[in-house]
Amino acid sequence: MTAHITRHHLRTAFVTKVQRLAGQNLMACYQCGKCSAGCPMASYMDILPNQIIRLAQLGFEEELLNSKAIWMCASCLACNTRCPKGVRIAEVIEALRQIELRARHEHLKVEDIPPEVLSKIPPIALISSLRKFTS
Amino acid sequence: MKLSYYPGCTMKNHARNFEESTLFSLQELGVEVEELKRWNCCGTVYSLSADEVMHQVAPVRNMIRAKEAGADQLMTACSMCYNTLKRANARARANPEQLSRMNAFMYDEPIDYQGDVEVVHALEVVRDQIGFDAVKKKVVKPLKGLKVACYYGCLLVRPREIAFDDSENPTVLEKLVAVLGGTPVEFSHKMECCGAYQTVDKPEIVADKTYQILTAAREQGANIVAVSCPLCAFNLDHRQEVTLQIHPDLHTMPIVYFSQLMAIALGGDESVLRLDLHHTPPGPLLTESGLL
Repeated sequence: MTAHITRHHLRTAFVTKVQRLAGQNLMACYQCGKCSAGCPMASYMDILPNQIIRLAQLGFEEELLNSKAIWMCASCLACNTRCPKGVRIAEVIEALRQIELRARHEHLKVEDIPPEVLSKIPPIALISSLRKFTS
Repeated sequence: MKLSYYPGCTMKNHARNFEESTLFSLQELGVEVEELKRWNCCGTVYSLSADEVMHQVAPVRNMIRAKEAGADQLMTACSMCYNTLKRANARARANPEQLSRMNAFMYDEPIDYQGDVEVVHALEVVRDQIGFDAVKKKVVKPLKGLKVACYYGCLLVRPREIAFDDSENPTVLEKLVAVLGGTPVEFSHKMECCGAYQTVDKPEIVADKTYQILTAAREQGANIVAVSCPLCAFNLDHRQEVTLQIHPDLHTMPIVYFSQLMAIALGGDESVLRLDLHHTPPGPLLTESGLL
């Protein structure tokens, strides 16, 4: 991908918001890629966890919020456990989901879940899914 | 020993087999368990947002219930409940200002929460408070013939600050299996996520994960998988149905809860194992191994 980085991207309200919601310093990341290497969902993502952090550092709001990757994360915390810089990548991805969800952009609609699925899945699956994918 | 017990939603619904085997085993081991009165849902997943105090109220409210019961420990046998309760508790303890906001929100509760309840997992109770030596003495039916792949999932030992075992290579389940007379196998996928809540709207991803995890277990010599999380159990067991549609070469494998292995070894019968609630039946392997 060709990206044009300008000073309008950097230090935007978006970058500040991601850092505040995630409680993380994005600039701590030095792109070693360990998070993506161990991510069980990486093969289903359009942008990898280390790329998510890179784009977030540089303020690529649209690319991040329109990505599929932020909804693929299963919050398994393998990335957080392995990051040599102590960056909590899962918290950054949660922040990106929260920016969407707090604007009422639902990822999952309860009414779209078929009744035969609802009757089979245990409450632990349904509640965690709704907590992650709905506002 | 008396313990306050938090069952959580799934142990009371789809996973009665896990609850009944846990309660049976603890009773056999001399632990008196008292279920919390008026417990409420923990929220299942810990809120990762830094500004999110509201979602900590539900788990923390259960700590007040524990205090009312006169307990200073709250035990659960579900990894997701354990993770959510323990992390919310840790957050409340580390942030007095946030805890006072939570208490202010729960103004109708008879007491404020002071951060003085310990959240413990049943496995931790067995290892640290009962002790594996004491468990070994109570084994009446050693798990001969069971080659067990111990699968931890994510939430029992991550993040590090709430873990009671190593976050990358935990061994508590293997040690328990060995004490019960079974054979734990070296298992490469013990910490590989099953896909968790993606099971609701993306079961095909969980099917891939289940295929990878169960294939690795079989190749590494296991004939059964032990888990400690009801969501992992659902994904690895009940999702074998969709996994077979996508990966027809899957060799199905029974999935059991660690507490069911304990219950078998401690002499529990089928009424506490509730094998009827499983998708891939553990019955044939257990019968073949002389355990039923």
